[in-house]
Amino acid sequence: MTTLVDAPVTPAADDASARRRWAGPIGLGLIGLVSFIFFGIGSGGGNETTFSVARQSDFFTIPTLTVPSQLTATALSVIALALAGLAVWATLQRRTLGWWLPVVFTIAVMGSLLTWAGAGREGTNVQITGLLTSAIVLSIPLVFGALSGTLCERSGVINIAIEGQLLFGAFLAALVASATGNAYAGLVAAPLAGALVGALLAIFAVKYWVDQIVVGVVLNVLVIGLTSFLFGSLMRDNPNLNQSMSLGRLPVPVLSEIPIIGPVLFNHNALVYIMYVTVIVLHIMLFKSRWGLRVRAVGEHPKAADTVGIKVNRTRVRNVILGGAIAGLGGAFFTVAAGLAFGKEMTAGKGFIALAAMILGRWSPKGALLAALLFGFADALRLQLGIMGSPIPSQFLGMLPYLATIFAVAGLVGFAKPPAAEGKPYKK
Amino acid sequence: MKLELRGITKKFGDFTANNKIDLLVEEGKIHALLGENGAGKSTLMNVLFGFYDADEGTILLDDEEVVFAGPGDAMAAGIGMVHQHFMLVPPFTVAENVMLGHEAVTGFAKILDLDAARATVRELSERFGFHLDPDAKVEDLAVGAQQRVEIIKALSRQAKVLILDEPTAVLTPQETDELLEIVKQLRDSGTSVVLITHKLREVQAVADTITVIRLGKVVGTAKPTASREELASMMVGRDVSMTVDKGTAKPGDVVLAVKNLSAKDESGHEQLRRVSFDVRAGEILAVAGVQGNGQTELMEALLGVIPTTGGKATVDGEVITGKSIGDVLMSGVGFVPEDRTEDGLVATFTIANNLILDLYGIEPYSKGLALQPAAITEHAERSVEQFDIRTTSIRATAGSLSGGNQQKVVLARELSRPLKVLMASQPTRGLDVGSIEFVHKRIIQERDAGTAVLIVSSELDEVTALADRIAVMYQGQIVDIVPADTDRETLGLMMAGAHGEDAA
Repeated sequence: MTTLVDAPVTPAADDASARRRWAGPIGLGLIGLVSFIFFGIGSGGGNETTFSVARQSDFFTIPTLTVPSQLTATALSVIALALAGLAVWATLQRRTLGWWLPVVFTIAVMGSLLTWAGAGREGTNVQITGLLTSAIVLSIPLVFGALSGTLCERSGVINIAIEGQLLFGAFLAALVASATGNAYAGLVAAPLAGALVGALLAIFAVKYWVDQIVVGVVLNVLVIGLTSFLFGSLMRDNPNLNQSMSLGRLPVPVLSEIPIIGPVLFNHNALVYIMYVTVIVLHIMLFKSRWGLRVRAVGEHPKAADTVGIKVNRTRVRNVILGGAIAGLGGAFFTVAAGLAFGKEMTAGKGFIALAAMILGRWSPKGALLAALLFGFADALRLQLGIMGSPIPSQFLGMLPYLATIFAVAGLVGFAKPPAAEGKPYKK
Repeated sequence: MKLELRGITKKFGDFTANNKIDLLVEEGKIHALLGENGAGKSTLMNVLFGFYDADEGTILLDDEEVVFAGPGDAMAAGIGMVHQHFMLVPPFTVAENVMLGHEAVTGFAKILDLDAARATVRELSERFGFHLDPDAKVEDLAVGAQQRVEIIKALSRQAKVLILDEPTAVLTPQETDELLEIVKQLRDSGTSVVLITHKLREVQAVADTITVIRLGKVVGTAKPTASREELASMMVGRDVSMTVDKGTAKPGDVVLAVKNLSAKDESGHEQLRRVSFDVRAGEILAVAGVQGNGQTELMEALLGVIPTTGGKATVDGEVITGKSIGDVLMSGVGFVPEDRTEDGLVATFTIANNLILDLYGIEPYSKGLALQPAAITEHAERSVEQFDIRTTSIRATAGSLSGGNQQKVVLARELSRPLKVLMASQPTRGLDVGSIEFVHKRIIQERDAGTAVLIVSSELDEVTALADRIAVMYQGQIVDIVPADTDRETLGLMMAGAHGEDAA
């Protein structure tokens, strides 16, 4: 008989490192406190806030909801503080909480903020439906951009050029739509533009092993320069090549009549529906299909993939081009989907926010969608507050969701593990 | 399946890794490919596996010439390979790793049929008694289990020729025996096996035919009945002594005393649990154990690279735990790290500068703010001569040296200070036989000069050759400390956690 040393087997290292991370809980606590003091107490006793959820054109009419401002805002702040407390407890216990916590936390703080903003304003309602609808619309380029990043990085290539792909997509969509007189032609052209930028990235990053970050940045600058030049020359000389073309709204029968959900989700143009389908299809394909398994293998351990006969570089090139096409499609948002003409540098950094959404979404299409929606909501909130008017500059208020996100990423979600081989060219 | 290689040549730049190699592997035989590290065995097999393109030569399977554009072709032709560094995707499950590249799929979207893959894994692991959970993530498995995944991966593709590249490097002696049994089982079921190794014991245990490779060339074939000395001299090209010459130790006072030392790794897992031992002046204590049982952490905790969470260590009564690394070194500790390229040297620095990496701040190597090039050069020239470092110039970068010479640089640096304790991790990993002899000789010289020596090695042969006493580590604890003449069987059992008296 042999006796074994009485020792438990070392638990496998989970990706949430066991070192305590305090940035998240502390940040949440501070934001909760700000919410409590400013929005809760600051709402002022006796005031009321009116929320409206339905529009008159809706099939059902839902009465507006009027609540006492101070009580509601305070209650929501307390919920937020309780969540922060939970995060502190979890950190002490070395546990990780799901991503639901930052989401619920953000909703509570936002609710508190909106209650405060609408406090005591007779005749100015807080438009919940409008807010959510514009959140969806504003998240479109972020969703496509984050999907593009996810596709590229899952195969091991960092795509910093999302910004350029969005911009070139926006440009070509406007150009083709104007030239053909058909907005849908622009929708077809946009992914081609993105794919072209993607192909350049693929050539330099995969074939010539150029540093992927450098190539990405250079491509962004290239696209900005090129589109600005063409905007200032070709489009200025021929105004008919840059007109405001718009994809019409396509309400989904029946579904769009549902209160709140209908107008928020099912009364949009074609690009939004394409976005839904793309997220679902990519999520299933990436995690359930042969293609997805191979792509992930290439991004994690390219040599292992190679030794079982998977063409690493071919997979990467394809993914980067496909990713470029998806980002390019997202670029159509700025022109044909929004019904605007092309404008210089009109993507305004959305490609970089998309990268953040990709990381917050942990390199999965579903996560990318949720993260992008969060950022989209932040944008929508800023716009709404701008319309309602508030004592604090709306830009500062618009920062809140981003702050919450930073803390969430820093602490609560835990360390998100990127694909192991990302950014590394595959050399035999 | 019969496999034949004819005149395979593979060059990397000016370096010829394989020079006109011929090899014949008969059906249903175990063919050992024996050679030192860097002899070109792995390169040859990567050529066969389609991973590298050969510059010259042909591959024949059952007397028909084949050309592999990539590993996929080789696998389709029935060649499977278990790589030295496992080719597994860590976050994937066992089933996903096994199916990767030849997935069973359903439907137009080619959705994975994971149930089929699980069934394959279960069926094959039952046949060989592997006990693998198809849904376990590979990164959570022990190395021995990972290797089994690799074997199943190859077998699930109906491999008729199975190449095993240094398969026992990461295994305990018992696991090694188990693996060799599996290899025999495979042979008996008709699979041809190519076993790449530099370990003579394994070759003698299972091989039907032996081909010896040296410096990229086939130097001959041998029968498994050949003696170890014969095989070794073929492998090295000259007569080598298989044992280390050393006199009996004359242990003096306790120099390094370790009491209940505990430490955690970066992710907070306890890797070192209440470890206690003494090392006396003039003796070598060797720590044996399978890689990853706390040996690395032991060395790092003693040196101060990772913080300790309990216990203490003293050198000549002076506490060293909790001190900075520099202070520990200056208190008379010499340290040869496990990974010389990563932790032992700055590859882009010159040999001369590498030789003073821990001495640059003191006289005569620097005065005030300035380094003293003359002293550094003189020191380097002396070291190069004393330690037989083969280099064109002391101004050459350390990265340009061979592994053996790099290790000599590290050793020369550490031994250039007056030492009380020498700590060396895996001192001969990846070195050729000549360098191993040299390193061993220097370590014993140091012992005889009265230094307390602590060695960590996962090579049991090295442990038994050097040690005056052997401490066996398992899961962060010292199982027992036993005399140097303890037999391999016992040590092997202890490496799996059994106490000395029970194991014996």
